[in-house]
Amino acid sequence: MGVRTWIQDWPVYRQLTGQDPLGRGAAAMSRRTAGLTARTETADRVVDSICPFCAVGCGQKVYVKDERVVQVEGDPASPVSRGRLCPKGSATLQLVTGGARRHQVLYRRPHGTAWEPLDLETAMDMVADRVVATRRATWQWDHEGARVARTMGIASLGGAVLDNEENYLLKKLFTGLGVVQVENQARICHSATVAGLGTSFGRGGATTFMQDLQNSDCIVIQGSNYAEAHPVGFQWVMEAKARGATIVHVDPRFTRTSALADLHVPIRAGSDIAFLGGLIHHVLAEGKDFRPYVLAYTNAASLVSEDFRDTEDLSGVFSGLDEERRHYDPASWAYEGADVASPTGSQEAQPVPGRGSVAVEHQAGGAESHGSGGQDVPPHPARDETLTHPRCVYQVLKRHYARYTPEMVERVCGVPRATFAKVCDALTSNSGPERTSAFCYAVGWTQHTVGAQYIRAASILQLLLGNIGRPGGGIQALRGHASIQGSSDIPTLFNLLPGYIPMPHAPAHTDLGTFVEAVRTHKGFWAEMRAYVVSLLKAYYGDAATADNDFCFDHLPRITGSHSTYDTVLAQLDGACKGYFLLGENPAVGSANARLQRLGMANLDWLVVRDFSLIESATWWRDGPEIESGELRTEDVATEIFFFPAAAHTEKSGSFTNTNRWLQWHHAAVEPPGDARSELWFAHHLQRRIRERLAASDDPADRLFLDLAWDYPEVGPHAEPDAEAVLAEINGHGPDGAPLSAYTELRGDGSTACGCWIYCGVRADGVNQAARRTPHTEQDWVAAEWAWAWPLNRRVLYNRASAAPDGSPWSERKAFVWWDGEAGRWTGHDVPDFVADLPPGFVPPDDARGVAALRGDDPFVMQGDGKGWLYAPAGLADGPLPTHYEPQDSPFGNALYPEHPRSPVRLLFPHEGNRYHPSGSERGRAVFPYVVTTYRLTEHFTAGGMTRTLPYLAELQPEFFCEVSPELAAERGLDHTGWATVVTARGAIEARVLVTTRMAPLRADGRTVHQIGLPYHWGPNGLTRGDAANELSAIVLDPNVHIQEVKALSADIRPGRRPRGPALRELVADYRRRAGSDERTGLEV
Amino acid sequence: MTSQVDGEGRARRLLSGQEPDVAADAGHVGAPPRVGFFTDTSVCIGCKACEVACKEWNAVPEDGLLLTGMSYDNTGALGASTWRHVAFIEQNKPLGGQEAHLDHSGIDVLALAAQGSGTPVAEAAVSPTTPGPPSPEGRTELRWLMASDVCKHCTHAACLDVCPTGALFRTEFGTVVVQEDVCNGCGYCVPACPYGVIEQRPGDGRAWKCTMCYDRLGAGAEPACAKACPTESIQFGPLDELRERAAARVERLRETGVPDARLYGADPSDGVGGDGAFFLLLDEPEVYGLPPDPVVTTRDLPRMWRHAGVAALALLGGLAGTFAGRRGHGR
Repeated sequence: MGVRTWIQDWPVYRQLTGQDPLGRGAAAMSRRTAGLTARTETADRVVDSICPFCAVGCGQKVYVKDERVVQVEGDPASPVSRGRLCPKGSATLQLVTGGARRHQVLYRRPHGTAWEPLDLETAMDMVADRVVATRRATWQWDHEGARVARTMGIASLGGAVLDNEENYLLKKLFTGLGVVQVENQARICHSATVAGLGTSFGRGGATTFMQDLQNSDCIVIQGSNYAEAHPVGFQWVMEAKARGATIVHVDPRFTRTSALADLHVPIRAGSDIAFLGGLIHHVLAEGKDFRPYVLAYTNAASLVSEDFRDTEDLSGVFSGLDEERRHYDPASWAYEGADVASPTGSQEAQPVPGRGSVAVEHQAGGAESHGSGGQDVPPHPARDETLTHPRCVYQVLKRHYARYTPEMVERVCGVPRATFAKVCDALTSNSGPERTSAFCYAVGWTQHTVGAQYIRAASILQLLLGNIGRPGGGIQALRGHASIQGSSDIPTLFNLLPGYIPMPHAPAHTDLGTFVEAVRTHKGFWAEMRAYVVSLLKAYYGDAATADNDFCFDHLPRITGSHSTYDTVLAQLDGACKGYFLLGENPAVGSANARLQRLGMANLDWLVVRDFSLIESATWWRDGPEIESGELRTEDVATEIFFFPAAAHTEKSGSFTNTNRWLQWHHAAVEPPGDARSELWFAHHLQRRIRERLAASDDPADRLFLDLAWDYPEVGPHAEPDAEAVLAEINGHGPDGAPLSAYTELRGDGSTACGCWIYCGVRADGVNQAARRTPHTEQDWVAAEWAWAWPLNRRVLYNRASAAPDGSPWSERKAFVWWDGEAGRWTGHDVPDFVADLPPGFVPPDDARGVAALRGDDPFVMQGDGKGWLYAPAGLADGPLPTHYEPQDSPFGNALYPEHPRSPVRLLFPHEGNRYHPSGSERGRAVFPYVVTTYRLTEHFTAGGMTRTLPYLAELQPEFFCEVSPELAAERGLDHTGWATVVTARGAIEARVLVTTRMAPLRADGRTVHQIGLPYHWGPNGLTRGDAANELSAIVLDPNVHIQEVKALSADIRPGRRPRGPALRELVADYRRRAGSDERTGLEV
Repeated sequence: MTSQVDGEGRARRLLSGQEPDVAADAGHVGAPPRVGFFTDTSVCIGCKACEVACKEWNAVPEDGLLLTGMSYDNTGALGASTWRHVAFIEQNKPLGGQEAHLDHSGIDVLALAAQGSGTPVAEAAVSPTTPGPPSPEGRTELRWLMASDVCKHCTHAACLDVCPTGALFRTEFGTVVVQEDVCNGCGYCVPACPYGVIEQRPGDGRAWKCTMCYDRLGAGAEPACAKACPTESIQFGPLDELRERAAARVERLRETGVPDARLYGADPSDGVGGDGAFFLLLDEPEVYGLPPDPVVTTRDLPRMWRHAGVAALALLGGLAGTFAGRRGHGR
């Protein structure tokens, strides 16, 4: 540096000689400041990725410098997020590079008091040994005389935060091993969605995509806190609002969603079917339905069997109820003249050759198999086009909802009539040929004993208003994990195989032919079931699957009822389930009755936990609530525990399926640190080790496993299986090995292989369509060239219904897909969700079957009759029409059907640790006088494992709290920011108190009801710690899909902190005593 | 500075009043248009993405795990380790176009909350079963205001004016930035800020605040907070454009029944010469914890110096007179 430069560099010189006389600008700039460069500019590479938190699926850009991630921010090209990220997405850098992540395998030996480090290879060998030993010790060829070929000794939980490819390999591995207890977050979050939407429309995913909300004229958000749980997706609600749409939020609490809505309607938690039933009643009573749509596209005109009896006739239950066995025989619900017996519910039903009868035992979760295919019914049921026949669906519906009057809505829901009228007006005035309304919901609807029926109620309403399959319409099921849609589609679920093919059931599904005949429809694309099943078996078993051996159909283990995650907990307590994999899920905090979850784990032989950090499900033996209360002593716990650090999304390639049903590929940016590995690696190398151990075995049970086709190229320094190769298997290939481009190419003769028929086409032409990233600025709003949506890149499902029966748009304003007569094809803004060249007026011959049986006005191509179902003549375990029942633990009786307060077929789990409350007018009810509802906050994620450990998120919501109204605070003497203890018959927890007018007491059934809000993110570990709300909840489930009721339960609240030590259980016992809550409480039909 | 008048005019603009070209007057030749933030609180969903995105980009440390009880605001205020702060205000007040049907009819809920614990139901002045007088339409309203606060990057920035080391400087973008390699932690800037934004970091001593992501601006990128904001509540761009957009937005809100909508910090003739980061608010600034009429604390410096000068001259004159008198006297 010359003297001259040195002098010129001196700020005072610059100040005196330059343009900055006061020396506050250019002259004051330091050399460092002048040299500042954004680290996004100096990165070695930028990698395309997808946010790992909720299911909005925001695009991310990952910046890498010197093989380290240095920045993660939004991808402006993404059509769904447009570059934006919520606080969790914005904290991704801290998630993947922060100090909370573990990099080393840890081992806790039986009765051990501390973690010990363990070599990764050794740990993998030990786990393989245990899988082999436990499988052998618990192997079952038969169950009650029927072949099951399975083990009930091993279970797995987790998958919704994993890639589709990982879920695929995990399900394949476990199925190959004969493990049927495979479950993930989809069970406890959105299984009710699959049954609700699936039986209504033929597919169990959201009918639309979030960006389409901008075209809505009215958006009703109910059972969802959209702005808080899916903030970036909420921009599309704001777009609609800016365009003049009316936003209605129906929710027990005034939330950040309510704050931006035009109308907030407080409602008593657990009463939504009464509210939606009221809306249905209004539409029918006022004749506000979209008649041409209803007549042509729904089953309104179909006639119902003479044997059917409604809740109106039987004081609150449908015909077919077997009170003793607590289930319905749905035979009487069928369409008139149906010679096809009904499914999901009849234990006795046996397959009758030629009749297509289905035999799926009650509680087997068959309703969830409608995730991509409807229920079999007569393809062309008898109809009354005038809708006046007393047994036509329209009239049945009218009678069923006759008592859901505004007065009844007010009484049951606590919603004043004037407010209710506003919602009625907003919806009906914004539906019809020129206008459309959308419903958005989430787990506020699903997590009930009648969860599937909540979604059915909205489906009925949207069909009546003509809002399905149309732009700005639809039902958006807002999902909350990065790939929870994917972990339903390629399920790590006990009752499903990929593509919603049901798991075969013993004894009914004896062979492939019987199985296919039992689960397919006779009309539409679900009739091609054999092609889907055989192609899957070819993907699973490769060359071993031949026509001669039924394509290895008998290799598949059989289910014999419910093996849901909650059944598994009881099996652990009973000692039947001995080994447990937790793969990115934290049931010690996130599942209902958290204490039983932990006690179940304490009874295991071995437990494998794979996660980023030491979550509560990994450490309960050392510092869990039962250690504190003295119920368990660390030294007494015999469970052997392996902790494996997991790779982050930035460290592996794969696809997430978001809530739009889009598969979006994220590319690995760096290698995982230390011992961290992907689940793909884990499944692959565990498989390899087990295969080595069994290679020489001549045990036929081991042959089933050894026949699995497993040949994935390994890449990179850690021998990671190539995710693209797994995606290729999922997509499927023809006899020549060439990738398939559509599921219509699948064959049932073994010439095609396809790992998930609904994902067929994701690698069309050998191109990873999920990795497509044409910016939204370079295409129309449908953005068909961004990623890939199932099925066949269709963005709005059932979009045939966006045109009138004659194929022309209902209106110019709402034109979307229409018939081009000259070209003889359907065309428009989206890929038509219909047979591309099937003319609108086509009427098939009566004897036509399968796809050929579809009429030109059958928009619901997966349904057995091609129509949207106002009335479900089959497919659900708890009735053809949604009916209001109270939650299991409720301070109220059922004002609509006093004789049947609760769903007669809800699944109960009587157990000493799972006592229920007296409800309604029962003695002891007053001990639990308030209603608790649980929920998420923006700043945290599910059970907290990915957020309570991050300083930037922990500081935003640093303590577990409960929200109460000023009135309740006064009634119970609760101090703002003081402590409160909330108690149920299961547990007692403490929380800081937020007194807020956002919580309001409601007047229901003539009295005041107070509601208590509890976010469920907290647990004893992490930077911000607190009790888990799930200590309070009970295991009580929806009979269709086994989802737990955690959105509405009764409880007591009192000032002060909860007791420590043994006094905690004594407090709970005292409450039980006072309430008279015992082994008989709450079990009535 | 070609003439005395120009020189005086400029000298005035440099410390207060209207200042149309803040970067050029700080010696930046060929500076880009001045940029800023327009924070439209009417579309804020209170998600705090801005707070996190800011911290991630700028590696700002965690700022304490404290439950404040101030609604969902656990950040509290802007400070050395909080450069974006989302305020939450729960009000019993209707928001135009919005209707909240929470019924606390006739109940003074704040008094009720203050009544707190220890009051048995029987002795409580009001309880849920106490019928309140019906309000017009039988209900009261509720609104939940959320607003993301940030350094205002004042046109006349007192922090910068008082900085004795040149650590605070005006960038070519018209923003105000602390240079961490220059700051010596003297703390003069802290009381100078009329908004209470800038603060010294304990254990470090230096002053820290929002830089409007100066390094990102240099790369042609927008600040991290504005990029993350899910609903475009935080908008970044040339200040002139933002002011036009904001004026139109206020107009539209007022037309659609939100009479309280107003701009804060957008007026170039206000006490700080207008803010580089200004806001659309739905209530009085005080409600959001913002000073109603902020004035650059160095506004009066020229006048003070002039007074000081006059005083000095007078003193000198007097002194001279004394000497002159003496001389005279001596003759």
